[in-house]
Amino acid sequence: MNDGRLAGLLAIDVILIAIAAWLALALLGLVFLRQRAMAARVLFPLGAAVGLLLGTGALWGLASGPQVAVLAIGLPGLPFHLRLDSLAAFFLALLGFASAGISLYTGGYLRADDDTPPGLFAFGYLLFLASMAMVLLAADAYAFMVMWEVMALASFFLVIANHRSAETRSAGFLYLLIAHLGAIAILLCFGVIAVKAGDYSFAAMARGHLSPFWASAAFLLALLGFGAKAGVLPLHVWLPEAHPAAPTPVSALMSGLMLKTAIYGLLRVSLDLLHQPQWWWGALLLALGLATALYGVIFSTAQTDMKRLLAYSSIENVGLIFAGAGLALLFRAYGMDGLAALALTAALYQAASHAFFKSLLFLVTGSVLHATGQRNLGHLGGLIRTMPWVAWLAFIGVLASAGLPPLSGFVGEWLLLQSFLFTPGLPNGFLNMLIPVVAAVIVLVSALAGYAMVKFFGVVFLGQPREASLADARDARLLERAGLVWLAALSVALGLVPTLVIQAIDPVTRLLVGAGLGAAVAKQPWWLLVPTSVERASYGPAVFLVGGLAASAIAALLVHRLYHARLRRAAAWDCGHPWQTARMQDSAEGLGQPIRQIFEPFFRMRRELPDAFDASPHYRVEIEDHFWHGLYLPIARAVEFLARQAGRLQQGRIAVYLLYSFLTLLVLLLLVGR
Amino acid sequence: MSHWIVQSLNLFASLMLILAFAMLSQRRILSLIHLFTLQGLTVVCATATVAYATGRHELYFSAALTFTLKVLLIPYLLHRLIQRLKVQWDVETLINIPTLMLIGIVLVVIAFNLAAPVAQLSASIARGTLGIALACVLLSFMMMITRSKAVPQVIGFLAMENALFFAATSATYGMPMMVELGIALDVLVGMLILGVFLFQIREQFDSLDIHHLERLKED
Repeated sequence: MNDGRLAGLLAIDVILIAIAAWLALALLGLVFLRQRAMAARVLFPLGAAVGLLLGTGALWGLASGPQVAVLAIGLPGLPFHLRLDSLAAFFLALLGFASAGISLYTGGYLRADDDTPPGLFAFGYLLFLASMAMVLLAADAYAFMVMWEVMALASFFLVIANHRSAETRSAGFLYLLIAHLGAIAILLCFGVIAVKAGDYSFAAMARGHLSPFWASAAFLLALLGFGAKAGVLPLHVWLPEAHPAAPTPVSALMSGLMLKTAIYGLLRVSLDLLHQPQWWWGALLLALGLATALYGVIFSTAQTDMKRLLAYSSIENVGLIFAGAGLALLFRAYGMDGLAALALTAALYQAASHAFFKSLLFLVTGSVLHATGQRNLGHLGGLIRTMPWVAWLAFIGVLASAGLPPLSGFVGEWLLLQSFLFTPGLPNGFLNMLIPVVAAVIVLVSALAGYAMVKFFGVVFLGQPREASLADARDARLLERAGLVWLAALSVALGLVPTLVIQAIDPVTRLLVGAGLGAAVAKQPWWLLVPTSVERASYGPAVFLVGGLAASAIAALLVHRLYHARLRRAAAWDCGHPWQTARMQDSAEGLGQPIRQIFEPFFRMRRELPDAFDASPHYRVEIEDHFWHGLYLPIARAVEFLARQAGRLQQGRIAVYLLYSFLTLLVLLLLVGR
Repeated sequence: MSHWIVQSLNLFASLMLILAFAMLSQRRILSLIHLFTLQGLTVVCATATVAYATGRHELYFSAALTFTLKVLLIPYLLHRLIQRLKVQWDVETLINIPTLMLIGIVLVVIAFNLAAPVAQLSASIARGTLGIALACVLLSFMMMITRSKAVPQVIGFLAMENALFFAATSATYGMPMMVELGIALDVLVGMLILGVFLFQIREQFDSLDIHHLERLKED
């Protein structure tokens, strides 16, 4: 045991076994291509069990020291180097535990009417999981890039699983395009670092010393590459397209986990490989993160499609995580390692809680979609009566996402705000003036996130059903329920015992910024979270929960004892109307209207207002992204223009083509002869 | 002894150049094939001479290979090709022949200028001929560009390969055997494929005039 072995196995061995098991299951999926029962009853539940194994192995690896392995696959003489250090282990633990819930759910989710055969879907799904795990384990640029591309391709094919719809195909194409743009940037970034180090292994790259110029170039390339995958402004456009197009479990995986691999990559490059950050990197990351968060949350409040709403909310969360990472870089650049650890812990905490609650919420939309066939909020409502399981589990996810105590989302945001309160200690007057202002943005973002979640939950589950067909909506199946319960339980646990989680994060921050919160947190009892000192701030989620429950219980008791306990059903707010219909409820558009009004410059809106004498009035509003019209379409037009100009070279005459070769040869010869 | 050898190598080189000009100006396809065969023979002789002078036996082998391929097999295939396609005449070149000759002379001057510094570095006894070899490559290329029928273009391509081989022999005593075998195979396969293509083209367009291929362009 003392060298970290259990039954002769290291933690990294356990993880590799889990990955191999995923791959084996994936191949089984190809064998049983069209047998839905096989995929649903065997492959996905087993995949969930493997996920648990991987998560456990990763938690164990988080506690033990770094471990290495070499896999002799790939090109001869160029094996994959793998390394399990605390950063990788943390993200692997997220991958294992969150994917366990998602896989379990997927077992119950598969239906007969999908375009992709269930076996093929299972193959892509499990390959996607395995490649994500390998990305996190990779310890050289070669293995990382290979696995990164496998991950991108696997997820692309999962996104276009329902490839019969043109909308899905175009969303998939956009995703693939931006993913490749990012991959090129990452490749260049590794190239810049490796040239100085002379080797492509991460260990050698971390030892190399780059001049500030090249280090900054590498950082900017990494920001571009990983930002494209994470959905940071202005590379976020694929996210709200790809998530609604993809099958629900895939949206959950992509939003909950794949975005985290991008965060992992950014942290790996900026804090591990380029170990001397400059202050403006942090400032840039912080500004970008905040802009992304604000943009994402404002758009999420204005959406009318469940999955788009959640996709924009993912953009917001990624923005918050980036802001935390930026703050950590900023503190690190000024040598304030303790505070860097605080900010980094906040970012990692947010990443962890987002992995669970966003997966949960996406899966909820899948259940609603299958039960009702509707993704549009305008056709839903009142589902809490027909789908109580889904509704109450969604409620937990919504609370976490809105950042309310005692759930997990609150801890991340609270820690982030705590680290913002320390910025006046920075030895840079300009930042000192600016950062309190941006801390206010974080608060605005959390408030708006709450608003978006109220809208999501309220319109889908509360009120009256807006369509008659909603009355026969069926609650989730057993496996679906099990997956949802697992994710909800993790969201609650992450919120209730932040001290334990922060102690688990401690090795990660020690690795990256050389300090950790573990020691400070361990001084206090487990139910009280004190990141710095008791005088400054403390938070006891369990106390809060007990207090909250007690207050509610007493209130309920009082109402029932002192007032009358009868339940009275009556028409709400009928205001003297002779009749009421479900369509008179506040709608998703209505809830979004004030936000659209306040933040009007953010949107590009097309509104169709009904005529006063219209017999069947329709109100339509389409919200579009300024970036799409201001940035992407001009680029697309420019590319098309250049392609057309290049097309002029193609005369179609062989003599002319030969002449091109001939002239090229002559010019080259003349150049060489010089 | 070595004086005679250098002299004969120079003779073969000048033959190559004359043949290249002759091919550039020749309009009859049948004569073009004869010229191509002669060019192949010249390359064989030059290679054999270099082999004799330097005592490198593998060069004999490559001379033999060239002989079978470029003097016997490919001319035979070309003959059969034009018989079956029933094309004897190449009506016109895209540029008129006197102009083409002038351009050719310019190309030769360029090639000599380019080859001069390279030849200084080479230790080969045949280094003086490098410029000529390069000129032959360019002239053959020119021939490919200026012909409007498909068969002369094929011959231009093959002549270019001849010239390249000659350049390799004169600069570095030939290429490594593996490369040479590979190229020989490529030429043979390329020849066969082009033959098939020519039949297909004729079936499609009832003509071997390549300007019909312009229609294949996508708008």
